[in-house]
Amino acid sequence: MKFLKLQSIDFIGHRKVAYGISIFLIVISVLSLGIQKLNYGVDFAGGTLLQYRFSREVSIEEIRDVLAEQGLAKSVIQRFSPQEFVIRTVKLGEEEKKALETSLGEKLGEVQLVRIEEVGPAISLDLRRAGFIAFLGAIAGILVYVSLRFEFRPAVTSVIALIHDGIVVLGLLSLFQREFTAPVLAAILTVLGYSINDSIVLMDRVRENLKLRKKEESFTGLVNRSINEMLSRTINTSLTTLLPVIALLFFGGKMLQDFAFTLFAGIVVGTYSSIFIASSLLVDWEARSPRRR
Amino acid sequence: MKRKNLPWKLIVTLALVVIALLVVFPLDNKIRLGLDLKGGSHIVLQCVDTPEAPVDEDSVRRVLEIIRNRVDQLGVSEPVIVRQGQDRILVQLPGITDPARAVEIIGKTALLEFKDEEGNVILTGANLKNAQVQYDRIGRPVVAITFDSEGAKAFAKATTANVGRHIGIYLDGKLISNPVVQEPILRGEAQISGRFTLEEAQNLAILLRAGALPVKVEVIENRSVGPTLGRDSINYGVRAAIIGAILVLIFMPIYYGRLGVIADLALLCYGIFLLALFIALKATLTLPGIAGLILTLGMAVDANVLIFERIKEEFRLGKTWRASVEAGFRKAFRTILDSNLTTLIAAVLLFSLGSGPVKGFGVTLSLGILCSMFTGIWVTRTLVEALAGWVGSNVKTEKADV
Repeated sequence: MKFLKLQSIDFIGHRKVAYGISIFLIVISVLSLGIQKLNYGVDFAGGTLLQYRFSREVSIEEIRDVLAEQGLAKSVIQRFSPQEFVIRTVKLGEEEKKALETSLGEKLGEVQLVRIEEVGPAISLDLRRAGFIAFLGAIAGILVYVSLRFEFRPAVTSVIALIHDGIVVLGLLSLFQREFTAPVLAAILTVLGYSINDSIVLMDRVRENLKLRKKEESFTGLVNRSINEMLSRTINTSLTTLLPVIALLFFGGKMLQDFAFTLFAGIVVGTYSSIFIASSLLVDWEARSPRRR
Repeated sequence: MKRKNLPWKLIVTLALVVIALLVVFPLDNKIRLGLDLKGGSHIVLQCVDTPEAPVDEDSVRRVLEIIRNRVDQLGVSEPVIVRQGQDRILVQLPGITDPARAVEIIGKTALLEFKDEEGNVILTGANLKNAQVQYDRIGRPVVAITFDSEGAKAFAKATTANVGRHIGIYLDGKLISNPVVQEPILRGEAQISGRFTLEEAQNLAILLRAGALPVKVEVIENRSVGPTLGRDSINYGVRAAIIGAILVLIFMPIYYGRLGVIADLALLCYGIFLLALFIALKATLTLPGIAGLILTLGMAVDANVLIFERIKEEFRLGKTWRASVEAGFRKAFRTILDSNLTTLIAAVLLFSLGSGPVKGFGVTLSLGILCSMFTGIWVTRTLVEALAGWVGSNVKTEKADV
């Protein structure tokens, strides 16, 4: 119990810095989402994903040449391992796939198809719809829960922090062009559900402290004290959850990397916004229009 | 604390651990794996309306039956072939090594037609009795077909009328063979030779035996994973899970001392219980499911963190160790419930998010949350009470420090 022996930190006093960071993150996110967009995988965009394993090391250029020959120059090519590549294209017919495989085999030696994901327009539309409904449902569920559980103001600031998290995580996915698939969406929903909780715990503590408030303590001071009291709890729950996610990110293999990245970003951003944003907003709100207590 | 119940609680915990261990070990092949881990194909077919062959209830049923026949011929163990909604058919083929071939066999209409030179249809695959791969005189694979009696009659008539002329053999409107009739064929047998490879001949024989689909079908979804890639995913997942668990197991005692050791014991219980639950419920583990499992390893100790922080806080306020523990568990309960409920809301919604792999994530996450609430609260409490002396003495020595 000797670690993190933190003195009282003036979080609220430094809230302008936090607002600056958050506005910066949101601007970057919105710009990236507007310009580069999300890198939709075949789940949502439709199309064909082919993963080939070659018997020797192959370069991306060699594969790009073969694809160009087949009229598929616009495809996305990703290295999976030195001898493995993932190719994402528009949806191909059986004949086209055969032609591509034959051509790869002729130019680059023995080749084996180890994974294929093909999603037609009807299914990708279904998935987009289901994803959207799940997203709205998760938000609605959390909103209902928060409104039952809280007074009006902390509920609103917690939800603003949550929306902040959602935008920034999507922005990071866009910025780093991580593949946006159904599992990645699932990861986003999960971390939103997980990180709203940090705000809840913090707001609970503010409420508890308000009941025992000493006359000379300002609201700002009280919120700051609450954050400090909850700090090791907030950091430790996030850290213990992050440790396995970090293991997943570095040792979980390529197939789960985008998923792990999303969880990682979501937990970090969610913890940050609970400490710095939700409570700061509450303090500013109170400063503008104090409530009678 | 109701210490008089303690022996019972300990016995129950130990019994659960033993039962779970018996369920889990030996581990081999007990966990049901999704297609993305054991390899296989997940294919969704859509029946498509065409002017010649409109889709109706009856035609969809026939498609289902014919596809079942074709899959039987592929020799896949435990295939799933079910109707989805009005006009879709889901086919799952575990352990298939050549997904391209599977799609070819399942998705082809396979309408066989014999036409004379004027393009009149003499007969179709509907009059077929059997189709088999044979070899011609120079060893090339051919498909030998036998007609039923009606077909044999029609074929005899047509070959008599067309001696010296071509009879074209068409598959789905494509000419695959165009032999010249040497003499009338009266026994109702014929050979299709189309410069086939052995595999092509085998595929055609399967398709002809199972019959043509009454309507056009389209492959609208195909997710296939080879067995090696699936095995790699499992290996990576297990590695990440072990490393992740070790990191958490190291962190807790460093930060929480002997209480941390108890959290570690509870985490080990969690791992065993979750696996046992998974096996007992016959849940399917998918690749995102593995990720969910790893994520819950970290979430599982959250309850411990909440409780321990609360205990420390109470202790700092000057309560006795015992009263602090009591208050810690009581006051942290609400928060634990909160945190798990919000995550559970998200997890349950994932069930609605279509595809199997993501559902698998929802399943592991939900099971994990429920299971971790039990180990995080009940098992932890039992252990803290059972080891009260040991844990308490540790705290007292650090009292000045807390």
